[in-house]
Parts: sequence; structure tokens; C-alpha cells
Amino acid sequence: MSVLVDIGHRLGDFAIDAHFESAGRLTALFGPSGSGKTTLINMIAGLIRPDQGRIEVDGRVLADTGAGIFVPRHKRRIGMVFQDARLFPHMSVMSNLRYGRWFTPAAERYADMDSVVELLGIGPLLGRRPAKLSGGEKQRVAIGRALLASPRLLLMDEPLASLDEARKAEILPYIERLRDETKIPIVYVSHSVGEVARLASDVVMLAQGKVIASGPTEAVMQRLDLLPAEERGEGGAVLDTKVLRHDETFGMTVLGSAAGEIRVPRLEMKPGAPVRIRIRARDVMIATEKPTGLSALNILPGTIVAISPGEGPTVEIGIDCDGATVLARITEQSRQALKLRLGDKVFAVVKTVSFDRANTGAGLPLEVDG
Amino acid sequence: MTWLLDLTPDEWNAVRLSIKVATAAMLASLPPGIAIALLLARGKFWGKTLLNGLVHLPLILPPVVTGYLLLLTFGRRGPAGAFLAEHFGIVFSFRWTGAALACGVMGFPLMVRAIRLSIEAVDRKMEAAAGTLGANPLWVFGTITLPLILPGLIAGAILSFAKAMGEFGATITFVSNIPNETQTLPTAIYTFTQVPGGDEGALRLTLISIIISMAALVASEVLARRVGRRMDIE
Repeated sequence: MSVLVDIGHRLGDFAIDAHFESAGRLTALFGPSGSGKTTLINMIAGLIRPDQGRIEVDGRVLADTGAGIFVPRHKRRIGMVFQDARLFPHMSVMSNLRYGRWFTPAAERYADMDSVVELLGIGPLLGRRPAKLSGGEKQRVAIGRALLASPRLLLMDEPLASLDEARKAEILPYIERLRDETKIPIVYVSHSVGEVARLASDVVMLAQGKVIASGPTEAVMQRLDLLPAEERGEGGAVLDTKVLRHDETFGMTVLGSAAGEIRVPRLEMKPGAPVRIRIRARDVMIATEKPTGLSALNILPGTIVAISPGEGPTVEIGIDCDGATVLARITEQSRQALKLRLGDKVFAVVKTVSFDRANTGAGLPLEVDG
Repeated sequence: MTWLLDLTPDEWNAVRLSIKVATAAMLASLPPGIAIALLLARGKFWGKTLLNGLVHLPLILPPVVTGYLLLLTFGRRGPAGAFLAEHFGIVFSFRWTGAALACGVMGFPLMVRAIRLSIEAVDRKMEAAAGTLGANPLWVFGTITLPLILPGLIAGAILSFAKAMGEFGATITFVSNIPNETQTLPTAIYTFTQVPGGDEGALRLTLISIIISMAALVASEVLARRVGRRMDIE
């Protein structure tokens, strides 16, 4: 499965000139508001006709201005989850869910009601009207409605942006399940480092209508300099880890990563479960010798592989810890005091309490998981 | 109250005919009413202002003028009238169908206005969402747009019905005032007021006219509220 987008488009003063290709499970279109993410996704869905260019999904040409091809939206079989849910107000939740099924040729229907309802936990909502749902519930129903049309590709346009933190935390695990338990490729628009780091397998980073970086999440998210200013504080290394064991005495979970063991506050997940964590660069300290008499629990040995100037008085330092790169943001003054140079052996120090729901894949509660 | 129902056969006919004419006028204007409202609300074409003016013409012209224009076009010798009579056997002049045509035309601007407003209020993003789910434009219209504008449709239909119940000028000009054929409630009341001792009959028909109009209004309120509740637009 692959998505290919090669688009030139003008909207008043704003020009989009984007080219990218992705074959990931969940590709994030990431960038600040006004970078053209939503316009691009609307073009893939067929809601906006590009001025010029080409869009392909799985080798099927959906738009090619050169050849005069523009497949109308209802023939694309591309599901879309909108930021504002857009449930049909005159239908029950059940009828909303069934809507797309009608229009899918029987031979191409792969989604079935029971498993989608189970996947999204929307069983108790089926008889209700959309007006009687909370924001989080609406969004889950909207995801279910798109899935039940058995799409070839699922587009999600900032599905969490209009929700508060609690509702976001409620939906994220369902999107993770969607990514891990179904075969539908997903293109996910977001301006949040936290969401992208947690969900995406691949990232296409946009700024002012242009692609400024693309590739696997771990690699792209290393580029702290490319992050939008308001999200910079959230930037950091993305590590894929596994739950090793729980430390019941102190209420912690021990994760295994390439860089070594990492202790985080207790996660409600079973040993062996994969967890993706994001270590914010601002949460990482650097020591030139193995520190003693220090409260921080995570001390990861590694080698400095990158030093780049950050904003203001800061520098950003990449530390390779056995194949996993950890990023640290420290002041230039500290760098000079410690005489840090490329190739130096150092220790990255991370406090356990710097991990929270926002930067650990907090997962579903155990009872749902089982 | 019994004297109210003690109507002569001619009076009964006027009541029946009025309801028949108003219902026919309302039902026949609905499809073109929806089409024109859609065009005006969504269309981008040259001459939109002209079409809008044309639709509103019956509202601003004296009804007699509208009736006379209908007589000229749809009368036996009128171009449209002659064509329809010859090819389809449809005759308007001095028939109840003509009364329905006159009433429909007079109520048309009111109906189009109500429907147009409700179409403009429809969130087009809903239609886009239905499109991504595989519905072609026709299905989108039938399953999303139409249900969402239902309150406006009901309001427009009732307005058209009420207008038809009270239409006088265009009807009497176009199809005259023939008992049992084209004599509706207003023209029957008019006839009563023109003869000595007709006061009682005029009063009876007036009261009946009020009752029917009120009933239509109440029915529309109830319907609109039920539709509204169904959609939780509170």
C-alpha cells in the first residue's frame, strides 16, 4: 500500500507545492496550522480539486491534471474522519455507522459491524442520536462510520484537535488499536508532536505548503530544528520500547529499549507489550561521568553524534545510546563548561517523573486489553 | 354550532373545492419549488437575479395582473394553453385545475423563499462527509440534504397551502367564479356579499375558512416540532 502526492495548488496568496510518497501504516502529515496539511488531505479525499499534479493511492490514479483525470469523491473509497466529526444529525448512531456500507460493492466490504463496534467500544451508543454524544464519543462513531465503508485508505484530519486532554487520552488508544489491529493504511493530519510521536510510523513534515522532511518517525522527529516554534518544547527522541516488568513496590514500570532499561511511572500494560515513548530534549541532562548521589533513575550511557545550535542560548545534542538516539537540549554555557565534542562518551540522565500520559503510550486499561 | 355545519350543497362544494385546489397547488409546486430554491441557493449562473425577480413577481404584481397574464398564456387561445390542450388534453381555463394553477403561482414565491432559506442553512460539510462515504450527489441530496431541509419544506408547503386557501384576485380573473367548478371559499364569500341576505352564508364560510387555515398552521407547527425533535435541534 502506498500514497503518492505531487501537487501544485494556489489558494489566494498561499501556494502549496508538495511532493511525497509513503508506504507506512500510519503516515502523519505534520506541521503548524496554515502549512497546507488539511488542503492536501482534502485533495486526497477528492474534496478539493488540485490546480495541477497527481495523486495515487496503491497505484490507482485518483487525480492527474495532465491526463485530465479527477475521480469524484464518492468513487474513491477513501474514508475520512473530520475534526468536527460531522455525524448526520437526523440519523441514529447505528444509521450513521451503516451509511457507507450501502454504497460499498458487496465484494469489497471487509469491515463488519460487530468487530468495528467492539474495536471502538461504541456498543452502548448505537441507539443514541449524535446530539446526545460527548465530543470523544462522536469522534469514535465518526471513525467507525468511515471504517464501515471499507475504505482503501483512511484519512484523519486532526481528529483530536477539538477535544480536551481527557477526551484525547480516551481516543488515542483506539487509534493505536486501529493502526495495529486493522490492515487499513492511515494518513493522519496533526500539529501535535505528542500525537505524531505516539501514533505515526512515518512522518511528512510540512511548512508553508512545502514538504521539509519525510521518512520514518524516529528519524524525522530527531530534527528538532524543523519543529514549529510552539511545539519545540515537546520535541525529543522517539523510542520504541517493550514493557519488561512492573515494579510494584514503587509503582513504576520498567521498559526495555536499545538504550537500556528505562523506568517510567506505572503503565497499565502487560509485560511484553510494545510502548513508544518520547523523551523530550528539555528533560534530558548530560553528565560526563556516571553520576552518583543523583535522584534521577534513568542514566543511559552513549556517544555524542550530533551538536546543533538550538533557539536562543541552547544547543541540541544527539547521543547515540547503542543504536537509539536520545536528544538533549542544554545551554551553550553548559556545553562549553563540560567541553562537549562529537565522539565524547557521556551519560544521558532522564528523570522518571518527566514521563507522563502525553509522552508514553499509556495504553488501554488492562481489563479492556484482555 | 350546528348552524355552522348546516351548509347548502353549493357551499359544501366550495369548501371541498377550496381544499382540493389548495392541496393540488401545494403538491404541484413542491418539485419545481425545491428545484428553483436549489438553483437560487446554490447555483452560480448568469441571470440568477432575473430568475429571482421572476419568481417573486406574483408577490409584487396586483393579483388581477397575474390572473390576466395566466389567462393570456394558459387560456384556450394562449400559447401554452393551446399546446397543453392539444397534446396532453390538459385544460386550465374555467376549470378547477386553472384555479389550482393560479393559486400555485401566487403561493410559489412564499414556498421558494422558505425552502431556499433552509437550503442555505444546510451545513455543506455534511454533504461532503456523505460523499466520502460513497454517496453520489443524488443520494447525498436524498439522504442528507432533503431530510435536513424538511422543516423548511413543511413551512413552505403550509405557506403555499394557506396562500391558496385565501387566493382571490388571480383565481377569479383566470377561471372566473363558477359554482361547483371554480368557486372556492373566497369567491363564494364574495358572491354572498354581493346578494341581499347573504350575510349568514358569508359568515359561515368565513368561520370555516378561519378553522381550516388555523388547522393547517397548527399541523405545520406540530410537524415541524416533531421533525426538529427527531434531529435534536433544540
